[in-house]
Amino acid sequence: MDSEATIKSTGSRIDEEAERGIWPKLIYVWRLLYRDKAGMLGLAMFLIVVATAVFSPLLSPYDPLKQDLMAAKQPPAWSEKGDMSHILGTDNLGRDMLSRIIYGSRVSVTVGFFGVLIACSLGMTIGLVSGYIGGRVDSFIMGGVNMILALPYLVFVVFIASILGRSLINVILIFGFTNIPIFARITRGEVLRLRESGFVESALSIGATRTRILFSHILPNLLGPLITIATFEMSGMIFYEAGLGFLGLSVPPSTPSWGNMLASGRQYLTIYPWIATFPGLAIVFTGLGMNLFGDWLRDVLDPRLRRTKR
Amino acid sequence: MQRYILSRLFQSFIMLVGVLFIVFFMLQLTGDPVALMVSRNASPEQVEELREELGFNRPVMVQFADFISKAVRGDFGMSLRHNQPAMELILERLPATVELASIALLFAMVVGIPLGLLGGANPGSIWDAFARGAGLIGQTIPNFWLALILIMVFAVNLGWFPSFGRETWQFMGLALPTKSVVLPAFALGLFTMGQLVRFTRSAVLEIKNEDFVRTAYSKGLADWRVYVKHILRNAAIPLISILGVQFGYLLSGSIYIETIFSWPGLGNLLAESIGNRDFALVQAIAFFTSLVVVSLNLTADIAYGMADPRIRYGEQ
Repeated sequence: MDSEATIKSTGSRIDEEAERGIWPKLIYVWRLLYRDKAGMLGLAMFLIVVATAVFSPLLSPYDPLKQDLMAAKQPPAWSEKGDMSHILGTDNLGRDMLSRIIYGSRVSVTVGFFGVLIACSLGMTIGLVSGYIGGRVDSFIMGGVNMILALPYLVFVVFIASILGRSLINVILIFGFTNIPIFARITRGEVLRLRESGFVESALSIGATRTRILFSHILPNLLGPLITIATFEMSGMIFYEAGLGFLGLSVPPSTPSWGNMLASGRQYLTIYPWIATFPGLAIVFTGLGMNLFGDWLRDVLDPRLRRTKR
Repeated sequence: MQRYILSRLFQSFIMLVGVLFIVFFMLQLTGDPVALMVSRNASPEQVEELREELGFNRPVMVQFADFISKAVRGDFGMSLRHNQPAMELILERLPATVELASIALLFAMVVGIPLGLLGGANPGSIWDAFARGAGLIGQTIPNFWLALILIMVFAVNLGWFPSFGRETWQFMGLALPTKSVVLPAFALGLFTMGQLVRFTRSAVLEIKNEDFVRTAYSKGLADWRVYVKHILRNAAIPLISILGVQFGYLLSGSIYIETIFSWPGLGNLLAESIGNRDFALVQAIAFFTSLVVVSLNLTADIAYGMADPRIRYGEQ
């Protein structure tokens, strides 16, 4: 198959370009992305969500918290009883659905971004230490990491959330800390692989120090796999945040978030179905974009998969 | 093999001790577990009374020792809400969860594995597009939203299935599933179905290029024979451990689905006990589901070791 051959050859091309510095590499990756329709679409969808979150006040037609009981439970514009004043209709308290979905993206993007930031920075540090020092330290850390990864994730997230209580900071901390093991494991695996590679050996043989090898040879090569995992983890966190909101365990009920909207829509499922439908579509849109983009990133950036794929 | 099993058993044991540790100290996270359990307008006297009754006025390490010594005997204390031992409640709810998870896994396997096989066998074909689409859908549709949509379409509008509850069909002393399980099992199993499609597809793509497949073809074997006897059989080995992990995920991940469909299982009990601030029960459920998941992983690991000697020798 053509695409198989391109994936294989792009792999070595990226490495070749990498030797010439970071910019040629980035430009080359961008050109590859430009040719890949699904990856491009995924990136575009993701950027739309981020832009929506950043520019919420400019984009939303109404104040997401403003209640208008006269206009409550108005169906979307295209249905018989709907009109253009509220394109996606209103919820049970007469709040504009579109504005709430636009503002809801802020919670999702914030949780996803800061959650990944915490998990990735701490996980990477732990993985680096574990993989680079090795021996007992490594088996101790990895024992803990594998233990946490084998626990029923959702049960524990729900458990912790119910104890800590509803707030944005708590949700970010929960997802940030519970996802450290994933990043630690990936980083450690990569470090072990890189340590045995030819270029680290060459660096050692010309007398490079351990610190130098770590920072200028190992760290830059970790970027690819970590960015890929970060994409999937971020979409996972957005899902789980909505799920917690649905159970009433995420941000406070007054904050517009997709999970909170789903929770209130559930009560009116049979009579006013749009209240639960649209926030769900927003979650699907975000997840689809990030997964398409992540799949593409993995094909291009992850050297291990590049080797074993097909 | 014996050494392999023993080392796996030991690891699982350490894990469960770790779980007990986490489950106990999690309640201490806020500093005062009793404050979590009482309603906001309880008087200070009532709070003290409960603290006394539940033994939270003792030093933390004494509480922990007590907790461990009871937990290993399966005693997680009384549910404050139901006034019944927590373990008893869990065992009552277990059959419903097992039924739901098994049917969800069955659906995922019956659809996911053949679809992955078809997609991997003919990359670029319409089947492959179908397989990749199914994989992506499984990953991107949140099950709690899917459940709501399924209720709207198939229960409310079409009326084909009940929108909530569990009905069983009594046959020779067994409680057999009825159509009430269809919607929840579909919503729960879709993610796993997607995972199985993706896994089977990439395994087939990889194994297809192995030497033994070429040999099988050059012997003149028919296409289907090569796929079923050589490719699928080799993909089946890693599939065992994936199925183990996925079954654990289905058993422990049904909180949303059970809540939405009022399915009387463990996930529903967990959501309910969190709402009631019944933390003895929450602790017991968290430990019990971990126990189930750890045992499933252990079984899958042992099965994997039996099927593939490279695994058990690689360990030593």
